[in-house]
Amino acid sequence: MTTSAQAKNYITNDYHVWSWVATRDHKRIALMYLVAITSFFFLGGLAALAMRLQLLTPHTELVQAETYNKLFTLHGVTMVFFFLIPGIPAVLGNFLLPLMLGSRDLAFPRLNLASFYVYLLGASFTLAAAVLGGVDTGWTFYTPYSSTYSNTHVITMGIGIFITGFSSILTGLNFIVTTHTMRAPGLTWFRLPLFVWALYATSLIIVLGTPVIAVTLLLLILERGFHMGIFDPALGGDPLLFQHLFWFYSHPAVYIMVLPSMGVVSELIPCFARKRIFGYNFIAFSSLAIAILGFFVWGHHMFISGQSLYAGLIFSFLSFLVAIPSAVKVFNWTATLYKGRIYLRTPMLYALGFIGLFTIGGLTGIMLACLGLDAHVHDTYFIIAHFHYIMVGGTIMAYLGGIHFWWPKISGKLYPEFWGKLSAMIVFVGFNLTFFPQFILGYLGMPRRISTYPPEFQVFNVMSTAGATILGVGYLMPFIYLIWSLRYGKDAGPNPWNATGLEWTTASPPPTENFAEVPTVSEEAYDYRSRPEIGNV
Amino acid sequence: MSDRDLSHQFETLEQQALASSLGIWVFLATEVLFFGGLFLLYTVYRIKYPAAFMESSKLMDIKLGVINTAILLTSSLTMALAVHSAEEGEKKQATLRWLFLTMFLGIVFLGIKGIEYHHKFVEHLVPGPDFVLESINQQQAQIFFGLYFAMTGLHALHMIIGLGVLSVMGGMTWMGKFTKAYSNPIHVAGLYWHFVDVLWIFLFPLLYLIGNR
Amino acid sequence: MRISTPIKTYLNVYIGLLALLAATVGAVYVNLGPWNIVITMAIACTKAFLVVTFFMHLRANARAVWIYASLGVIWISFLIGGTLADVLTR
Repeated sequence: MTTSAQAKNYITNDYHVWSWVATRDHKRIALMYLVAITSFFFLGGLAALAMRLQLLTPHTELVQAETYNKLFTLHGVTMVFFFLIPGIPAVLGNFLLPLMLGSRDLAFPRLNLASFYVYLLGASFTLAAAVLGGVDTGWTFYTPYSSTYSNTHVITMGIGIFITGFSSILTGLNFIVTTHTMRAPGLTWFRLPLFVWALYATSLIIVLGTPVIAVTLLLLILERGFHMGIFDPALGGDPLLFQHLFWFYSHPAVYIMVLPSMGVVSELIPCFARKRIFGYNFIAFSSLAIAILGFFVWGHHMFISGQSLYAGLIFSFLSFLVAIPSAVKVFNWTATLYKGRIYLRTPMLYALGFIGLFTIGGLTGIMLACLGLDAHVHDTYFIIAHFHYIMVGGTIMAYLGGIHFWWPKISGKLYPEFWGKLSAMIVFVGFNLTFFPQFILGYLGMPRRISTYPPEFQVFNVMSTAGATILGVGYLMPFIYLIWSLRYGKDAGPNPWNATGLEWTTASPPPTENFAEVPTVSEEAYDYRSRPEIGNV
Repeated sequence: MSDRDLSHQFETLEQQALASSLGIWVFLATEVLFFGGLFLLYTVYRIKYPAAFMESSKLMDIKLGVINTAILLTSSLTMALAVHSAEEGEKKQATLRWLFLTMFLGIVFLGIKGIEYHHKFVEHLVPGPDFVLESINQQQAQIFFGLYFAMTGLHALHMIIGLGVLSVMGGMTWMGKFTKAYSNPIHVAGLYWHFVDVLWIFLFPLLYLIGNR
Repeated sequence: MRISTPIKTYLNVYIGLLALLAATVGAVYVNLGPWNIVITMAIACTKAFLVVTFFMHLRANARAVWIYASLGVIWISFLIGGTLADVLTR
């Protein structure tokens, strides 16, 4: 059997730069996305670091208030639109979806490449806005401040995000069509890996929601340019209309960010518990339920905006409902672990961390769905802690778990397990130290988006900043050792984890056309009973 | 012939055709939601300012609007005939004839739209510092005209893109790409063009036909 | 999967569309109070239905296409409905 070093794979196939720039190979496009989103992650992280340093003391003079406003805007925009939303779909989804389906590529390879370049174009406009002096409206761009009063580069950044939205839409469209039309023979919907279900549900949200944020940003730009009055009360407009339009996408957007990570966890848990997933159908349908219900709750971001009380009641009730399918997943993962044969490898540490931290984030979300409590903690650090528990404690942990799990497949190399475990634990400690104090701060009344605070809040802020530093170290470590492993890591075989799934039946790294011949599927997913031992790793 | 038309990631022409069909319909769904934001604003402001919207709508040129609507409906017919011609494997001159007719009608539509915009500009009805209107609540009317320009402008942009797409279809037809077995691109282009027509079917009454004259 | 529509059908649909256009413009000159908007929207929906069914051949397509074609329209109604739930009850 030829080793990955000898046989031509998708990396060694062609070394010319043009073969990468003009590639239609979903695997190469995934790698290019990986480089891009990692860069934005570090940019957003730097902004966060600057903010946490500013918040080390009640009246630090590290940055002026106006600059602080630009920092949290940059942090929000880069992390949401350029890291978390593309994140798992563009990297792991692009790489794995055709492999998991047993096909040679996505349905529209050239559209996939276009999606990447559209992302870069949008990123350029956004970076230009930052370099030209930034935007101080927050990533939420509320009117009329953003449309009339702010003197910053709102239009430029708006154009950037607008363009990037199309990158997202193209990816979602591609995934939907691919999943419907390119499954291998025998691969029925209910034999699909749950990661595919998660990507499908995510793509559903993307195609239905993203166009709305696109038109909203376009309208914001027109309003800023022509002062039609649609969002400005001084001109007869209603600023809440902007918020309705904005959150109609931006709430489902958080499910775009979290659903793929849940899909990753659904792959990791069975493999590292060596057990078939419990409640496959429930997990599959819960992904669709989250996608659909997630569109009905956006008003919970507007409880104290001036929205009508009756609308608030409806949105509050629906927000309780949307928690149910998420809880269903947590129960099923836990049931999968029960009487499983647990291997605490790096991906599993991240997966377990996800379950715990996502649960905390989700429970605090239910708290926030209560009108009374939200009225008290809206615009405080409680909200910040809530969504970071889900975005960082949840999504980023699962993302790292997935990167480690599929690293052998992507690179053909094994990462160093000791450093993997150590980083995972540092991330877990750093994360909780950063964000748990913020629940307390918010409950005690510390408002968000302000660069100074009353002295009684300092202790918790110091803890949070200390945690952020530790978290930063925890993120830096995989960046270093994963790159290290490309040169010095042990060669992985096709299936180092002895995992189920079609992606593990081909070489690591895979050849450009993925499979020598189109595979046929006759088994249910997660058939771990026939392979109780983890691989030779 | 059929091997050349089959992209490498697909197994059969049927699979490829299904994928391209589903792809364009998913895309059209995104377009519906894209315009949806504008329809939302229109709905809310029409409910809030019914009189201003009615009076502003009466300032629209209903004659030009009717002519343009008829032109666009006709272009949908010619587009359907173009696609039909390609799918039936007719001579490329036949398909090209229908394509050119469609494009011609599209250009006429845009020309008339341009004339309307020019009139509005001259009459100081473009939102911004130049906006002047004596009879109706100025703020509320400005919102109407803002929405008018945004909605018809975005529609016109989609038509321009459609003309570009049709030019490419013309090129492909001329090169003999379409046969009875393979006509996905022109089928997809047709769906896009029809969608732009359906948009106008709603835009026209909402903007031009509010209230009685 | 592909429907082969006779040219005659296309022409009939076209004439129907023009007739509906005449009707919707004609209705502007007749005062029917609140029914005007209902009739206008009904006519527009009918025209759209004709184009989607006969020019766009929606019926010929796979079930997945049906679903996505309707999702766009249904989702707009959620956007408008949800927002009106706020705007109308303040």
